[in-house]
Amino acid sequence: MKRRSGSHRVAGAVAWIAALAMFFPIAWMFAASLKTEVEAIATPPLFLFMPTLENYREVFARADYLGFALNSIVISLGATLAALALAIPAAFAMALYPTNRTRGTLLWMLSTKMLPPVGVLVPIYLIARETALLDTRTGLIIMFALSNLPIVVWMLFTFFKETPKDIIEASRIDGASVVQVITVVLLPLVTPGIASTALLSIILCWNEAFWSLNLSAHDAAPLTAFIASFSAPEGLFWAKLSAASTMAIAPILVLGWASQRQLVRGLTFGAVK
Amino acid sequence: MRIPYLLACSTLLAAAAGVASAATITIATVNNGDMITMQKLSSKWEQQTGNTINWVVLEENVLRQRVTTDIATKGGQFDILTIGSYETPIWGKQGWLLPLNGFPASYDYNDIFKGVRDALSANGKLYAVPFYAESSFTFYRKDLFEAAGLKMPAKPTYDEIAQFADKLTDKSKERYGICLRGKAGWGENMAFVDTLVNGFGGQWFDMKWNPELTSAPWKAAINYYVNLLHRDGPPGVTGNGFNENLALFSTGHCAMWIDATVAAGMVFDKTKSQVADKVGFTAAPHGVTEHGTGWFWSWALAVPASSKKADAAKSFLAWATSKDYVKLVGETNGWTGVPPGTRESTYDNPNYIKAAPFAATVKTAILSADITHPTKNPVPYTGIQYVAIPEFQGIGTQVGQFVAAALAGQMSVDDALAKAQAATKSTMQQAGYLQ
Repeated sequence: MKRRSGSHRVAGAVAWIAALAMFFPIAWMFAASLKTEVEAIATPPLFLFMPTLENYREVFARADYLGFALNSIVISLGATLAALALAIPAAFAMALYPTNRTRGTLLWMLSTKMLPPVGVLVPIYLIARETALLDTRTGLIIMFALSNLPIVVWMLFTFFKETPKDIIEASRIDGASVVQVITVVLLPLVTPGIASTALLSIILCWNEAFWSLNLSAHDAAPLTAFIASFSAPEGLFWAKLSAASTMAIAPILVLGWASQRQLVRGLTFGAVK
Repeated sequence: MRIPYLLACSTLLAAAAGVASAATITIATVNNGDMITMQKLSSKWEQQTGNTINWVVLEENVLRQRVTTDIATKGGQFDILTIGSYETPIWGKQGWLLPLNGFPASYDYNDIFKGVRDALSANGKLYAVPFYAESSFTFYRKDLFEAAGLKMPAKPTYDEIAQFADKLTDKSKERYGICLRGKAGWGENMAFVDTLVNGFGGQWFDMKWNPELTSAPWKAAINYYVNLLHRDGPPGVTGNGFNENLALFSTGHCAMWIDATVAAGMVFDKTKSQVADKVGFTAAPHGVTEHGTGWFWSWALAVPASSKKADAAKSFLAWATSKDYVKLVGETNGWTGVPPGTRESTYDNPNYIKAAPFAATVKTAILSADITHPTKNPVPYTGIQYVAIPEFQGIGTQVGQFVAAALAGQMSVDDALAKAQAATKSTMQQAGYLQ
C-alpha cells in the first residue's frame, strides 16, 4: 500500500509539473497584459509590478473586439457543423462497412494535412476570388471545414469502430434504414465521442491563423487577425499584444474548462456510453 | 401638391446620389504610432467626404505576404496599402500600383523632400506618397559621456564609437557601451550591418552583379560588429531588434545606440523613457567613406492597380500626407508626434522645431541619405540598407542569419561570410543576373 501511495504521489507531482509548464505561457501572457510596455519587455523580467488595465482599455478603443469575436464564433461553429455533417456518414461507412480501399483512403485523407498550406495559397486564393468568397464567413467556414475534415473523420472513425456491430445489425434486422441506424442508434451511442471531436474542431478553427489572415480582410476577420494587428515593427507592443491575446483566447479557454470532463472522457475512455 | 412632391423627389434623388458617391475603402497597414494616429484622425476625412474606411492592421511581414498575394492575383481586397521604399519602385515597375502624380496644386509635391520622392518613384512616376521617412543616427547618453569626460563628435568614426563603448561599459551595473540590432532579418540586423559595410567601403555586388561578401571590407565590418558587441553589447544580443533596443535604451541600459531616427520621438517621450532628459544624438558613424552610412526608409501609402475605388483612395492619400494633416496632428496630439522626415514645411514650422530638439539632426540625416550613391565604389543598384531588387528579401534574410550565427559564436566570421557568399551567388545565378 505504501509503495502504491508513493508512486501515486510521484505521478501526481509529475502531472502538476506538466500542467504548470503548459499553463506558464498563458499565465505569463496574462501578467504581461497587466504591465506597462516598458515593464513587459524589462530585462530581467519583472515579477512584482503595479498592475494596470490600460492595455485592455487601449485594445478595446482601437479595435472592434466584439466584431472579431462574433466572426470567430460563427466561423468555428459553422465549420465544425459542416465538417461533422460530412464526416459522420463518411466515418460510418468506413468503420462499419469497410472495403479493401478503406485504409488507403483514410491514410490519403490524413496525408493532405501534411501539405504546407502556403503551397496551395495562390490557387485557393484565386478560387475564393472567382467564387466571391474572399473576406466572407462562408469562405472561411468552407476552408476550415475542409482543412479539419481529415482529423474529424479519423476521430469519428475510431469511435464508430468501437461500436458493437451486433447493435447495428440488430437494428437493421428490425427494419431500420441506414439513416435511422445513424441518427437513432449510432449517434446517441457515440455522443461523448462526437462531442469531443466537435470540441477539438472548434479549438482548431478558433486558433487557425494562416487561412484566416490570408482569406479575410475586414468583414470576416476573426480573432487571430485581431491579435496580429497589435504587433508593431517600430514601437513597443508586447503588453498590448498580450492583452489582445488574453481577450482572444478567453472564450475558448472558458469553453475548454467547462467541458474538460467530457473532452477527457471522450478522448480517453472511448466513444460508447 | 406638386411642389412638395417635387421636393420629396429631389430630396430622395440627392440622398440616393449621396449614397452612390460615398465609398467604403479598405486600408491595409502596419501597426505603429504614426499609423495609429492616422487611424484615429481619419474620422475627419470621413466626415468631410462621406466616405468610410475599413482598417486592416497587420504585422509587417504578414502585411507584405498578404498584400503581395492580393495584388499578384488581382484580388482587389485593398484600396490603399502601406508600403516601404524598398517595394514601391519594384511594384511600380511591375504595374501593380497606380501613379499618384495628379493631386491638386495645394498638395505641393515640391514640399516633399526630393530624396523621398525619388525613393518612391519608378520611371519618373510617383507610385506612393510618404507618410513618414527615417534615416539612422547615433543616440547617446549625455550624462554618461560627461561623467567619463568624453565628447561625442558631430560625425563620429566607427573607431571612436568602439573606444567610447569600451570606456562606458559597466556590466556590473548592467550598463552596456553599445546596443545594436542582432536579430536576423533583412529589415533587422542587416539594416544596420549594411550601413556598417558601406562605411567600411564594402558593397553587396560589383557592377556585374557578382556578390562581394567575402571581400576585405565585409570581413573587417563583420569582425568589428561581432567583436564590439561581444565586448560591450548586452547579453542575448541576437534576439534584439529595434523594439528590444528601444526598451534597453529607454531604461538606461545602453550608453549608445545606432538606429532609426524615428526612435527619437520615443526616447524623448518622458512618459515612456527613463532617459528622456539625458539623450544626445549625432550622425551615424562612418569609416573610410560617409556614403551609405545612414540608411533611408519611408513608410508610404499606395493605391494598388486592382482597387475598384481608386478615386476615393487617392482622395484619402492627398489628405493623409498633406501639410494640413501634419498641422492637424501637431494641434491634436502635440508637435513631437507629427510624421517626420517627409516635408520641408514640417521643418520650417517653429512649433515643431521648438517641441522636437532632434528635428534638425533628423532632417540632415534624411537629406544626406542618397539611395542612388550608397557605397564608396559604383554599384549597379540603388538602396542603402537594402538592394532594390525583388530577390533581396530572401538574400538579405539569409545573409542576416549567417551574420547572427557568427554573432552567436556558432561559426566564425569567415565561415559565415563564405556561406553567405555561396548562398547569394546561387540565388543571383538562379535569378539570371549571373551566367
